[in-house]
Amino acid sequence: MSEVVIKVEDVSKQYRLGSVGTGTLSHDLNRMWARVRGKEDPFAKLGETNDRTTKATSDFVWSLKDINFEVKHGEVMGIIGRNGAGKSTLLKILSRTTSPTTGNIKIKGRVASLLEVGTGFHPELTGKENIYLNGAILGMTKAEISRKFDEIVDFSGVERYIDTPVKRYSSGMYVRLAFAVAANLEPDILIVDEVLAVGDAEFQKKCLGKMKDVSVNDGRTVLFVSHNLLAVKSLCKTGLWLDKGLCKGIGPIDKIIDSYMQKNQSNKSSAITIDKEKDGFTVLSVDISNNGAEGCFNIEEDLTITVNVKSEKHYEAININLFFNSLDGSVIFATVSPAEKFENGTYTYTCVVPAYTLNDILYSLDLMVVQNGPKIIHHFKDFLSMEGIEDRREGAWLDKFPGLIRPQYFKWSKTKI
Amino acid sequence: MEEIKQIPPTIEIIQEGDDHWTEVIRPKSGLFDLRLGEVWRYRDLVMMFVKRDIVANYKQTILGPIWIFLQPIMTSLMYVIVFGNIAGISTDGVPKILFYLAGVMLWNYFSECFNKTATVFKDNASIFGKVYFPRLVMPLALVVSNLVKLLIQFALFLVFFGYFFYKGEIHPNAYILFFPLLILLLAGISLGTGMIISSLTTKYRDLIFLLTFGVQLFMYATPVIYPLSVVAAKYPKMVGIIKLNPLTSIMETFRKGFLGNGDFSWGSLGYSAAFTMVLLAFGTVIFNKVEKNFMDTV
Repeated sequence: MSEVVIKVEDVSKQYRLGSVGTGTLSHDLNRMWARVRGKEDPFAKLGETNDRTTKATSDFVWSLKDINFEVKHGEVMGIIGRNGAGKSTLLKILSRTTSPTTGNIKIKGRVASLLEVGTGFHPELTGKENIYLNGAILGMTKAEISRKFDEIVDFSGVERYIDTPVKRYSSGMYVRLAFAVAANLEPDILIVDEVLAVGDAEFQKKCLGKMKDVSVNDGRTVLFVSHNLLAVKSLCKTGLWLDKGLCKGIGPIDKIIDSYMQKNQSNKSSAITIDKEKDGFTVLSVDISNNGAEGCFNIEEDLTITVNVKSEKHYEAININLFFNSLDGSVIFATVSPAEKFENGTYTYTCVVPAYTLNDILYSLDLMVVQNGPKIIHHFKDFLSMEGIEDRREGAWLDKFPGLIRPQYFKWSKTKI
Repeated sequence: MEEIKQIPPTIEIIQEGDDHWTEVIRPKSGLFDLRLGEVWRYRDLVMMFVKRDIVANYKQTILGPIWIFLQPIMTSLMYVIVFGNIAGISTDGVPKILFYLAGVMLWNYFSECFNKTATVFKDNASIFGKVYFPRLVMPLALVVSNLVKLLIQFALFLVFFGYFFYKGEIHPNAYILFFPLLILLLAGISLGTGMIISSLTTKYRDLIFLLTFGVQLFMYATPVIYPLSVVAAKYPKMVGIIKLNPLTSIMETFRKGFLGNGDFSWGSLGYSAAFTMVLLAFGTVIFNKVEKNFMDTV
C-alpha cells in the first residue's frame, strides 16, 4: 500500500455571483461585524449547488461542496465532469492560486500545476530567456533549468529559433516550447488541466506519451483534467467525477467514465421517447432493435434503428441524420436518409447498421432532422449511448479489438509463391 | 455501479503531528504565517523577473537603455528652468542641476517602486491566476529592477558630481556613507506602502485613480525641488509637518553627504528607519493575507 500524498478533506469553495467590486464594502463590514461577535459568516450560509442552467436564487454559489478524496503516490487520477462542474476550481485550490472557503488539503511533496502552458511567457524575450523565466515561475531553480535545458529544447523541437523573441513564433511553436518546459519539470505531484488540447496531432501524441512516461516510469502522482475521455481513459487509473460542485463518484476510471456517460446521456435503453416538437415537426421516439441487453447491442447482429416522426406540415425534402460518436466526442461516421418529399402524417424511418460495422465500444448517437435549404430542424446531441458487445470471438486475439469501427468487408487472401 | 457512487466514508482520524505533510492548504492562515523562507527558495525567480523587466523594457527602442539617462536629465533641466529660474526657489547654494538631479533620481525610484507595487495584483493577474509562487516575489523583483535603474542613474549623477567637485562648488563629507542605508530605506518605504495599497486595490479599484495623482502631489510634500532650509526660513511652522514625511530625512541626508548642504539629525533619520520597519511589517502581513484569495476579487 503506497502512501497518501494528497488528502482533500471537506473542501468547499463559495463564489459570489454577479459583479464583484462595488457594493462589497457593506458586505465586508457585515462580515467583519459578524467575526467580531464571534458568529459565522452571514453570507456563507446562503448559496446553492452550482447549476449554471438554472437561474440563481441567491448571490452566492458553491462551486465545490464537501469534496473528499485521497490520491496515493504514483496514482494517476482523472477528473471528469461537465463544464462548470468545479473541476477547474478544484485544480485552482490544489495549485494554491485560490484558497478553499472551508476544509483543507494536505499535500506531500512538491506540486507543479499546469493550468495553462506558457504562463508568464514574455513576447519580447527570446525562447531561451523564456525557458528560464517560465521554469522559474513553475518552481525550478536556475541550476535545475540549466541542467534540463538541452532536454527542453530537444523536446520542443524549436532549436533553430531559440534565440528569437517568442513573439515571432507561430502559435504552434509557442505552445511546443511552453509545454516542453512544463513537461521537464520534476515535481512529485503534477496537476494538468486540458493543456493537451493544443498543438498538432504529432505534438499531442508526444505530450500524451510524456505524461504516461512521467506517471509510469518516474512514479509521479498526476492529477489530470480533460474533456477528452479517451485521453483520460488511456492515462488514468482512477477517476473522480464532479457534477455541479459535488463529488459524484471515485473509483476505477472505466467505471467512472461509464457512469458519467450514463448520467450524461438522457437515456441508455433501447426505446427512447423523445416527443419534441419544433417548427411543426415532431420527433416521437427512437427504437433500437437488437437483442443485446439494456443499453447494449450485439455487434454480431444487424442493428436496426427506427425513428418515428410526425408532422402536420408539408416539406419539399426532409432527411434524417444519425451520427455515431466516440467517447471523446468526435463523430466516427454519419449516415443520412435520402432527402425525400414529406407529406403530413406519421412516418417511421428505419436504418439498418449491418452486423460487424461497429466495434465493441461505447457509442453515443446524435439525431438530426434536416429540411432542404438546408435547415436543421432538430439536433439531439448524444441522445442515446449504447455499448457494443460481442459473445464469441474467433482466433487467438483475446484483448479488446482495436478501432472505433470493425467493418468486415475487407478482402484478404493468401497465395503461396 | 452502486459501490463507486458512494463517496468514501470519512477518512480515518489523523493523529496530530504524526504526518509529514509538506503543505497544508487551509481556508485561512494565521496573520503572521508569512512563509518568508519560501520567498527565499524562489530567489532565482526574483532575479529572472528583474532581468525580464530590464531586457523587455528596452527591446525595439532606438536608444535602448539610454532612456534611463535621458529621463532624469530632461526632468532636471526642466526643473532648473521652472523651479530654479522662473520660480527662483533657492537650492542652498548648490549647483541647480546637481540639486535637482539628486532629487529626481531618488524621487523617481520611490514613485516607480510604489506605483508598480501598488498595482501588482492587477498587473499580474494572468500569471497569479495560473501558477502559485510566493506573491511577494513580484514586488521584490520590482524593487530590485528599479534599483538597477537607480544605480545607472547614480553613475550619471556621479559624472556631474565629479565635475562640480573638481570645480570646488560642492563639499561632500562623511555623511556620504549613509548612501546604501538611504536606498534601503527608500526601497523599504515604497515596498511597504505599495504592498498595503496593492492589497486594497484588488477590491476597491478607485484607489488606483487616487494613487496616480496622489503620488504626484506627494512629491511637493517632500523636499525634492526645494531644500528644507527654505521652508524653515519662510514657514517655520511647516517644517514639523514636512519632517513627518519619512522621505524628508532621506532626501536631506543624501544632500548633506554628497552636496554638503542639507539637514541632518540622527533623530529624523531614526524616525524614517523606524517608520520603514513598521510599514514593511504591516505591508507584508496585509499582502500575505490578501494574496491567498485575491484571484476571486481582482
